[in-house]
Amino acid sequence: MKHQPAETNHRVKTGICQGIIAAWPVCLGYVPIGLAFGVIAQKAGLQPYQIGLMSMVVFAGSAQFIAVSMLAGGAGAVSIILTTFVVNLRHFLISSSLAIYMGGTRKWLLSLFAYGITDESFALNLSRFKQGNWGITQALTVNHVSNFCWITATVAGGFAGEFIPAGAFGIDYALPAMFIGLLVMQLKGRRYIVTAVLAGTLAVIFAMILPGNFYIITASMLAALGGVLINRRLKPEQTGE
Amino acid sequence: MSEASYIWLILGMSLVTYLPRWLPLAVLAGRRLPGWLVEWLDLIPVAILASLLAPLMAISAATGKPDPLRPEFLTGIITVIFALKVKSLSGTVIVGMLVYWLISSLI
Repeated sequence: MKHQPAETNHRVKTGICQGIIAAWPVCLGYVPIGLAFGVIAQKAGLQPYQIGLMSMVVFAGSAQFIAVSMLAGGAGAVSIILTTFVVNLRHFLISSSLAIYMGGTRKWLLSLFAYGITDESFALNLSRFKQGNWGITQALTVNHVSNFCWITATVAGGFAGEFIPAGAFGIDYALPAMFIGLLVMQLKGRRYIVTAVLAGTLAVIFAMILPGNFYIITASMLAALGGVLINRRLKPEQTGE
Repeated sequence: MSEASYIWLILGMSLVTYLPRWLPLAVLAGRRLPGWLVEWLDLIPVAILASLLAPLMAISAATGKPDPLRPEFLTGIITVIFALKVKSLSGTVIVGMLVYWLISSLI
């Protein structure tokens, strides 16, 4: 790529800026969680560079926590990898719902984008895609800025996490609050409200009876199915598209 | 765990994490999907957000039972009301954090 039209260049630059600005709640939320992870990982016997390596190549918050606590308990690699797979199965759903908006994107960009899909980057990117004027540049920027914050915070936790006071400024609530904001923004229409209420109720019930985080994937799939069925029952004329 | 087996461990973890992230994009993006599937996938984000949030808000980490007096739950109600009234994501994040800070230092 020797020569790029100035207009394309400018569009990419604008997109990157928009992505950086959008990513701040995710970064803010990753700081306390990343620090906490770093502290736990260091107590489990990992060096800061090993922590950074895991954050870089795996980049999955809850799976990393579980892996490190399994390591500390003396678990073998195979059982840790299997657990990671199960914990991250929900990404199948998340990626599928993002795929709707990724029609014209080149394959290698899709593969790069896939690396940075987390619950948080997904929630942010998806709500922007729905609002329109959001593209792969912005979405990739959100993913990689979040990734950078995660790596930095986890490594910092590995070095000095114990000296940072827990719970300051309510920072532990940054991610839940972001999820609340994004959820409320998407409740445009009856079927979304019905699905959200259904999913929340099912998730609370399932969280008490199912092991691990299986409640997320089961409650989401069932609630979305319920939403489709209720919507079709109430408005049979809409079913064709 | 030795240095080499640690590297193998995180490579294995990254593979099983990357596949579920990549496969649906590679298979579904740009394809014409049946109407019911599009309708279902369109509801998935709302469903996932609600499924992530509700247990976090409502279930006590100590007892594993629903507890409406948790700071997370009380803060959640106020944050939802704020988000409904003031349609601002940054505002919602800041209000959520401040209210949580306030409530958890009072309780």
